[in-house]
Amino acid sequence: MATLAEETVALPQLDNAEIARYSRHLILPEVGLEGQQKLKAAKVLCVGTGGLGAPLLYYLAAAGVGTIGLIDFDVVDESNLHRQIIHTTADVGRPKIDSAADKLKALNPHVKIVKHETMLTSANALEIIKDYDIVADGTDNFPTRYLVNDACVMSGNKPNAYASIFRFEGQASVFATKDGPCYRCLYPEPPPPGLVPSCAEGGVLGILPGLLGVIQATEVVKLILGKGEPLIGRLLLADALNTKFRELKLRKNPDCPVCGTHPTITKLIDYQQFCGIVPEEKPAAMQNGIPQISPLELKRRLDAGEDVFILDVREPHEYQIVNIGAPLIPLGELPNRLGELDPNREIVIHCKTGGRSQRAAELLKQSGFKNVVNLAGGITGWATDVDPKLPKY
Amino acid sequence: MKIFIPTPLREYADKQDAVQVKAQTVSDALDQLTTQHPNLKRHLYSEEGKLRAFVNVYLNDEDVRYLPEKEATTVSETDSLSIIPSIAGGC
Repeated sequence: MATLAEETVALPQLDNAEIARYSRHLILPEVGLEGQQKLKAAKVLCVGTGGLGAPLLYYLAAAGVGTIGLIDFDVVDESNLHRQIIHTTADVGRPKIDSAADKLKALNPHVKIVKHETMLTSANALEIIKDYDIVADGTDNFPTRYLVNDACVMSGNKPNAYASIFRFEGQASVFATKDGPCYRCLYPEPPPPGLVPSCAEGGVLGILPGLLGVIQATEVVKLILGKGEPLIGRLLLADALNTKFRELKLRKNPDCPVCGTHPTITKLIDYQQFCGIVPEEKPAAMQNGIPQISPLELKRRLDAGEDVFILDVREPHEYQIVNIGAPLIPLGELPNRLGELDPNREIVIHCKTGGRSQRAAELLKQSGFKNVVNLAGGITGWATDVDPKLPKY
Repeated sequence: MKIFIPTPLREYADKQDAVQVKAQTVSDALDQLTTQHPNLKRHLYSEEGKLRAFVNVYLNDEDVRYLPEKEATTVSETDSLSIIPSIAGGC
């Protein structure tokens, strides 16, 4: 941050149109002409143009951040629209990066948009990040979270305006500044795959990424201006359901493997492997000792009249949206309701996409059930391959 | 004292967002929590009985790992414990 504030030489000039546009900033003592010029000179990289990225990008462009880099490789899906407000119904099927760039240019033609239509990887992260002053992490998975953190630290401590969300809850902080903690100081290791559900599995209030993305944008702008008290060394917790905000103290861990005094990780690593994600081969026949069955194979066996007991482990509100008539025992209740299941029968377990049912199958196996099978792809896969009349959520 | 349960773990704590316990120390409080809600145990502790690395426990606003007496720190009725697991969502 200090380096940004020191760069007072040769700040770019504002033309008359820009002065008119940013007038409410210019009359704010904390921004003023010089602050607005700092914003124009700033280069910010936004990783992800989804739920967090949408409001973050809109506000950074509106605020006049001169260069905004976008990274995404996904296309707009209908199920994105309840929260990713930078994309519209007409954009469904388009690359997110094109859709986002169009909106930002329409909002503010004075800002330069740089598109990186790629997945951020260990091979390209340092090369991409080097052209920016600040990174805003709006990704949706653990491997990329750790990659962004490590790359920010290794790029000479580029501040990382961070937020993450789940259902009604969000966390935000600023990581990887010179003297502040990094993401690994907070969470040295990721959870095993499948333990923390993704937004696709756990759901998310559409407004929540708006709330957190705007906090990220605020932090980015404060860092550029060198004003106020940034969220360095603090973790902000937002609970939208109860409208409660809390703050926890974060400390720089002197033994942190990346930003500590004797770092042991000095090059970007394989983050998929670090997060325990095994490269996906063709749908594996076995996963963690649990046989996997495809929706089409299950259909064939049912049509053949085989004795298969199907169990749904989703939540009752998901069951209401769509079900295939299987009895329901939500995953969280399963340990206490094992008595309702016949340990001698073959049990095929399903959830929405196959993650929770895999955990349920592992639990049953540990509890002595001999013949448990996971429906790969869940009811979503069933709706795709077997019964396209069913809704997908 | 009050223990705040984060969203991802509520399904293992009868869907509650906070649990009340009477405890002398941080570890005592966590023991009581996992006794009341045994399903939470494997999500908070590894098989060796260590608190998992992706779960942080805060006494009020301080990370228990950085308190001088760590989990042996004494607690009072007005203190609160927060369990903060890592979440990655941003989509």
